[in-house]
Amino acid sequence: MTREAALLEQPVAAATAPRRRNYARHYAWFVVPAAAVIVAVIIFPWLFTVYVSAFDWRLGGERRFLGLGNYEALFTDARFGWAVLRTLFYTVLAVAAPMVFGIAAALAFHRKFPLRGLARTVFILPMMATPVAVALVWTMMFHPQLGVLNWLLMQLGLPPSMWVYAADTVIPTLVLVEVWHWTPLVMLLILGGLASLPVDPYEAAKIDGASAWQAFRHITLPLLAPFIVVALIIRTIDALKAFDTIYVITQGGPGQASETINIFLYLQAFAFYNVGYASAVVVVFFAIIMALAALLLWTRSRVRFT
Amino acid sequence: MRTRSGRLRRALGNLGFGLAVLTLVSPALMVFLWMLSLSLKNELDNTAWPPVFIPDPPTLDNYRDVFARNDFLLYAWNSVVVSFSATFAALALGVPAGYGIAKMRSTRAAALILIARITPGLSYLIPLFLMFQWLELTGTLLPIVIAHLVITVPIVVWVMISFFEGLPPELEEAALVDGATIWQAFRHVAMPLARPGITVATILAFIFSWNNFVFAMVLAGRETRTLPVAVNNMLTFEQISWGPLSAAALLVTLPVLLLTLLAQRQIVAGLTAGGVKGA
Repeated sequence: MTREAALLEQPVAAATAPRRRNYARHYAWFVVPAAAVIVAVIIFPWLFTVYVSAFDWRLGGERRFLGLGNYEALFTDARFGWAVLRTLFYTVLAVAAPMVFGIAAALAFHRKFPLRGLARTVFILPMMATPVAVALVWTMMFHPQLGVLNWLLMQLGLPPSMWVYAADTVIPTLVLVEVWHWTPLVMLLILGGLASLPVDPYEAAKIDGASAWQAFRHITLPLLAPFIVVALIIRTIDALKAFDTIYVITQGGPGQASETINIFLYLQAFAFYNVGYASAVVVVFFAIIMALAALLLWTRSRVRFT
Repeated sequence: MRTRSGRLRRALGNLGFGLAVLTLVSPALMVFLWMLSLSLKNELDNTAWPPVFIPDPPTLDNYRDVFARNDFLLYAWNSVVVSFSATFAALALGVPAGYGIAKMRSTRAAALILIARITPGLSYLIPLFLMFQWLELTGTLLPIVIAHLVITVPIVVWVMISFFEGLPPELEEAALVDGATIWQAFRHVAMPLARPGITVATILAFIFSWNNFVFAMVLAGRETRTLPVAVNNMLTFEQISWGPLSAAALLVTLPVLLLTLLAQRQIVAGLTAGGVKGA
């Protein structure tokens, strides 16, 4: 099981070993420099964000104490409400599709075949490529008149699409880029799980005359369940956080049709210089992410794949 | 007869499997090949309908264009400085920290690193931006390097925790019994053993720092842009010139793609160990 899985499973601070207690204080010195930097660039920003969110704070302008005013405004802001719904819609699609393709790909790459190493490397390239660079190429491919994707649709006898240039197709199109980009990570996480599965149950199933599908359904899937849940959690968090490709390709457009929470947040902070309001968005966004992660963990303790 | 039909079925099965693998790999391959094709064609071919796939004859004009018209080399240098500084600083801080956390079995510290990874990168930007403005650091590369620590430090700490936890403790204990200090035991026993882990952490931290867009987009001035920001600005001003844009995009991502091809095994090991990804 991966570290993340192990960590997610146990209650925090349950596993402090008493064995080397006398050394523990010395080992703490190894952590001090990193801890200082983490406090400065990670923890201080968290706390400062909460502080800023209590103000009407304009970049380079006035600031006025509001208390919870920004949060009240946020909960009645229809534009933010739509951003939340869009983000959830985007997330559902951008989790489901990579999970299905990623598991299928992992099963394929788990088998031995010629040139497997090369094929796997090519398969994970999208995940490592610079998101901005890739997003620019997709933008060119989505061009309604000159883009290569519409030419492909024509060859298949399908009508051309407006891709990211129409409100009703923009989110599924952006999900397409996300699927292309992040299916490899799901594949790797599941592949790691497959590599750790025991061989015995399969041999027993073979002797009992089980079909390949039965073996997959009743042996592989249940054993793989913890890895699937970890991949699901990681994918959900990453899909919620998606920013680079959306910003480069549409900047939230057309209109506000692809304005997710992250884009809304960016625009409030660095286009409208409304950093107090944007900080409130950060706090709410963080709460949404933690709530969904907790929900998935809870599901994990309830659901069995058998 | 039975063996022959069995062989036929197996051959068909293999063929189907080969096609399935090809289907899996082709989207990745196609996008990069199309990127290459766009960068090697002139503007006429790039906007032709039906599209021209094979550049004939291929031209390097787009690449010449990129180097001639923009301060591409300056931005490349900025990217190199930022990614190397952020990676080395993260190693200096994160390798000992990973060791300390692994030795103390501090689940709380590990959970903190995990939450840092979960938080959207964008949410660090408002406080950091205000802080750098107040410190009057804007306009230099330093704020960008510091912001990139948000990505690189958690990656390095996370990867190193799992590597140090996997090491057998007997060797260090022997060194301690022989009178070594715990720093010496770390420096001369544990660290050499964890070298593969350090390689993985270095590669991942470098790649995710190199690829980062949003920090530099907000914090960088005209002279301090990194490559992803510079190449994104090309789109905004040159909507239709696809050739130079593709050439620039390919140049930006090429170092990372080459690194992935060379260090494929380490990257796979690191990512499956923790599912780390940049903020």
